[in-house]
Amino acid sequence: MKIHVTDQDGQKHDLDAIEGWQVMEIIRDYGLLIKAECGGSCCCATCHVYVDDAWLDKLYDMRDDEDDMLDETFDREDNSRLSCQLIMSEELDGLTLTLAESAKP
Amino acid sequence: MSERHVTDVIIIGAGPCGLFTVFELGLLDLKCHLVDILDRPGGQCAELYPEKPIYDIPAYPVISGQDLTDRLMEQIEPFNPTFHFSQMASSIQKSDNGNWELTTDFDTVLEAPVIVIAAGGGSFMPKKPPIPNLENFEGESVFYAVRQMDAFKDHDLVIAGGGDSALDWTLNLQPLVKSLTLVHRRDDFRAHPDSVNKMRALVDAGKINLVIGNINEVTGEGSQISSLNVKTKDQGDITLNCSRFLAFYGLTMKLGPVAEFGLNLHENLIPVDTEKFQTSEPGIFAVGDINHYPGKLKLILSGFHEAALMAQEAFRIIHPDKKLRFQYTTSSSDLQKKLGVKDDEKAA
Repeated sequence: MKIHVTDQDGQKHDLDAIEGWQVMEIIRDYGLLIKAECGGSCCCATCHVYVDDAWLDKLYDMRDDEDDMLDETFDREDNSRLSCQLIMSEELDGLTLTLAESAKP
Repeated sequence: MSERHVTDVIIIGAGPCGLFTVFELGLLDLKCHLVDILDRPGGQCAELYPEKPIYDIPAYPVISGQDLTDRLMEQIEPFNPTFHFSQMASSIQKSDNGNWELTTDFDTVLEAPVIVIAAGGGSFMPKKPPIPNLENFEGESVFYAVRQMDAFKDHDLVIAGGGDSALDWTLNLQPLVKSLTLVHRRDDFRAHPDSVNKMRALVDAGKINLVIGNINEVTGEGSQISSLNVKTKDQGDITLNCSRFLAFYGLTMKLGPVAEFGLNLHENLIPVDTEKFQTSEPGIFAVGDINHYPGKLKLILSGFHEAALMAQEAFRIIHPDKKLRFQYTTSSSDLQKKLGVKDDEKAA
């Protein structure tokens, strides 16, 4: 299982993904620049990512608290998500996303 | 406003590790003053996840951030620590008598032989919107917090944000100002519903102006703001004339002035030894998420352990002539007395 992540410098990385993990944890464990200051409890917006359009429909809809938190970022787009709220599963094998500038530590 | 206190130990940060540090030092009869940028104890537990459950606190299968904070406050109550809230530790220096002197951004000066840095991920600082040149106006006509309401009296005020801070100050400042415009990204507010209702009533009564959009430009002269540009979906660009701007876009953690204390740093963390948890400066310790050593895990329980060991060395520094006797709270009547245990509560 893989996810494909473009970092803030435009570099592409293929990460081994683990079922059941938050996508944020997979990115952090790999060592890319992701602050995730609340540790994955949807209480900040520092694991902000842009999900490739092709994958948007495959994700669960965001809850209100994720929506609220994303509002605290200044670089929100229509395809913005918090990667701590994306849980890795078979269906997301190949998930492609880009790290937001506001996720930098 | 300037105050001066002399104590045994200064603790920077009143999160769980800072609070438990008071307990471990208290058992050794050491008095503490704590400084925290937030207006209440708990650190990340209070600010980021008061309601979220934590599952890895020993003996608590589940406890919320707020409950953990409340329990720790109860546990350290016998030691009567002094808190300096809403203040940031801005600098430290060695005084002539060999003690450390810490100065806050409110000019409070604390003097002690020992400083413990328990600052977690750093200071909670306001998030600043990426509006070009906004910094030119900060502190004069653009603010991220309200310290004195009078500073906004009779002004044309713009408030930005959708959370409790933005709504609370909208309601509190409205009677004082000349005009007030609230700007939020979308027409949905996560502040307390009661505040949102009150705000909407004021909008309906024509007492405040509500604009949905993104602020992207500021104009003014010198440090005096004169207008903000808001990009809206329905009405295009709107110019808001104003003389004060308050932005509430949430908080983020930054290491802040601790980085300038002259301590060795390792990727924004403070390296310590694993016997005393002392930094590169004798008498300055670091516990909890902010420290670094081989094998470090950022867990609350690691910080508790670090506080206990650190306290032993703090005692030796403060009382070089006294012998440190290790005692258990279960058996030592001396410790139980300090904790305020009453005779009838003791085990038979």
